[in-house]
Amino acid sequence: MSRIKGCFEQLKKDNKKALVPYVAAGDPNPEITLDLMHSMVESGADIIELGVPFSDPMADGPVIQKASERALIYGTSLTDVLGIIKNFRETNNKTPVVLMGYLNPIEVMGYDKFASMASDAGVDGVLTVDIPPEEAETYIPALREFDLDPIFLLSPTTTKERMKLICQYASGFIYYVAVKGVTGTSALDTAAVAKRLEIIKEITDLPVGVGFGIKNAETASAIGQVAEAVVVGSALVNLVEQNAHALSNEDANKKIIKEISQVLSSMRTALDA
Amino acid sequence: MTTQTQDQSEKKLSDMPDENGHFGQYGGIFVPETLMEPLDELKKAYIHFFEDPDFIAELDSDLANYVGRPSPLYFAERWSRELGGAKIYLKREDLNHTGAHKVNNTVGQMLLAKRMGKTRIIAETGAGQHGVATATVAARLGLECIVYMGAEDIQRQALNVYRMKLLGAKVVSVESGSRTLKDALNEAMRDWVTNIDNTFYIIGTAAGPHPYPAMVRDFQAVIGREAKEQIMAHEGRLPDALVACIGGGSNAIGLFYPFIDDMDVSIYGVEAAGHGLETGDHAAPLCAGKPGVLHGNRTYLMEDRHGQIIPTHSVSAGLDYPGVGPEHSWLKDIGRANYVAVTDEEALKGFHDLTLTEGIMPALESSHAIAYVTKLAPTMDKDQIIIMNLSGRGDKDIHTVATIDGIEF
Repeated sequence: MSRIKGCFEQLKKDNKKALVPYVAAGDPNPEITLDLMHSMVESGADIIELGVPFSDPMADGPVIQKASERALIYGTSLTDVLGIIKNFRETNNKTPVVLMGYLNPIEVMGYDKFASMASDAGVDGVLTVDIPPEEAETYIPALREFDLDPIFLLSPTTTKERMKLICQYASGFIYYVAVKGVTGTSALDTAAVAKRLEIIKEITDLPVGVGFGIKNAETASAIGQVAEAVVVGSALVNLVEQNAHALSNEDANKKIIKEISQVLSSMRTALDA
Repeated sequence: MTTQTQDQSEKKLSDMPDENGHFGQYGGIFVPETLMEPLDELKKAYIHFFEDPDFIAELDSDLANYVGRPSPLYFAERWSRELGGAKIYLKREDLNHTGAHKVNNTVGQMLLAKRMGKTRIIAETGAGQHGVATATVAARLGLECIVYMGAEDIQRQALNVYRMKLLGAKVVSVESGSRTLKDALNEAMRDWVTNIDNTFYIIGTAAGPHPYPAMVRDFQAVIGREAKEQIMAHEGRLPDALVACIGGGSNAIGLFYPFIDDMDVSIYGVEAAGHGLETGDHAAPLCAGKPGVLHGNRTYLMEDRHGQIIPTHSVSAGLDYPGVGPEHSWLKDIGRANYVAVTDEEALKGFHDLTLTEGIMPALESSHAIAYVTKLAPTMDKDQIIIMNLSGRGDKDIHTVATIDGIEF
């Protein structure tokens, strides 16, 4: 069984919702990411979404754009990100890791080579923002061959027809984008999200995670009422940005890890309440 | 519009793309999920209105009376004689309203936006030519217009920024990434994804997700259709070669497309070699890049070995883009078109050559095509014919040229 599937089954048994933090790998420096991943798990993360930095992140708002830029100053590549995950797996064989990024770095590596390396590193799912299933004729089989879950987005503009198509190819979980817009948007309408999730639930038995616009324990808890997983990204990356310019990387990393852990703990408490 | 032929053997090159926007392995739709539905809506509108006689009549009327079409096909007699080879004809897109071919496309897309009931227009721009052409037609229809422009480019192209403002557009400075055209395109996509209900995104070149490459081509193909009729009138036969500069490639595909099934016509696309292909400091993805995925389509790109898009350089801001329209990538791979590159220095010489021999001051973009014609024409016979697309006029570049020549105003 895939780690992601196992994770959701266990959560269901425990009557709990998944907390899924997103951070960009290598942000604000390559040293932080491994420690940050472990500390996020200690603070209540069930699944980790790790952003692969890309020069042209067209689906991301300013907060995650800057995260990519900071990571790219150190040249953090897809290969580097896989290396970090391999290290993470040395002491954590339980927490699922999902890569989130754009197609071109994967395209350049080659789908088969990527899938083989990602699987070897201990990746569980891959969410590539700019590849719809229509273009994924060779991408999806490459992931499946190595037991990686292809994770796809559904959005407020996705028709029921497309939902069916997408759910046919997706595994692991479905990621519902809560708002029309880029990451880090402010206005999230919980009632509207709940209504869309009802439609999605008619179509698929896969767990649904909701992201884009979850800012704090309160929105996390509200979304936790209607979805199986809550994805939080920009709110955490903001904390990276605020501390990125500390005197030393060591200083910055300590503060970032501490503040992100606090936010995740509060979200965990709210979700479990 | 492309139509499917029943018989595979009858399939023509001009039948591309397929219904999902593929030119062979290139093109397609590589966008976040939220844009899939708006792109489908756009595709349907484009297919519908291209077959609607009322729409075509309105478009033709605007092209004639507002843009000033047809543009002349001018025999550059003196320049041809000096080069001592083929007869060179210039397709005078520089004489269009706003001074370049860009307006053919913005007039067309704006009419589509109007028919689709969109009230807010967004665009990206590099040098500012497409931004100006968009702001111009938006002013005419009284639509809100927002133009995204890299902060670097805003500094380099202050005059065009002011022109857009005079036309009532809001110019938004893009501070992310390399702060140039590619980042402006990213930002426009982000705006579109956020405001899809009332917003129409006018992409300026034959790139981006389907249907943009095909749609922009179809709006620009008026260049090649006219040129074909005009050369038949002048010479009674088709040309031997076509030459056009390539950034995203919209002026080039506009000239090439109506000739694409005429296999005796050679096709040359001229990219910007900047400081030289060997220096890496250029904007020539077809000559020196690799296939990848950016801005919604698969195409040749300037990228590093990890798939990150790398900075480009050209003296001509309009060619300074790391990608290229997917149809060009396909034409390159199947060998139908030849893609070459000329340096900044060669283009500047082309600028001066044409100005001095013909009294026509070309845009620095078009000067790349000129520089290649000066190489190509002498290798051809005197009874052979070249049509070169003079895609824009050079007034906007006078400051750049003067600075390079060491002149201060």
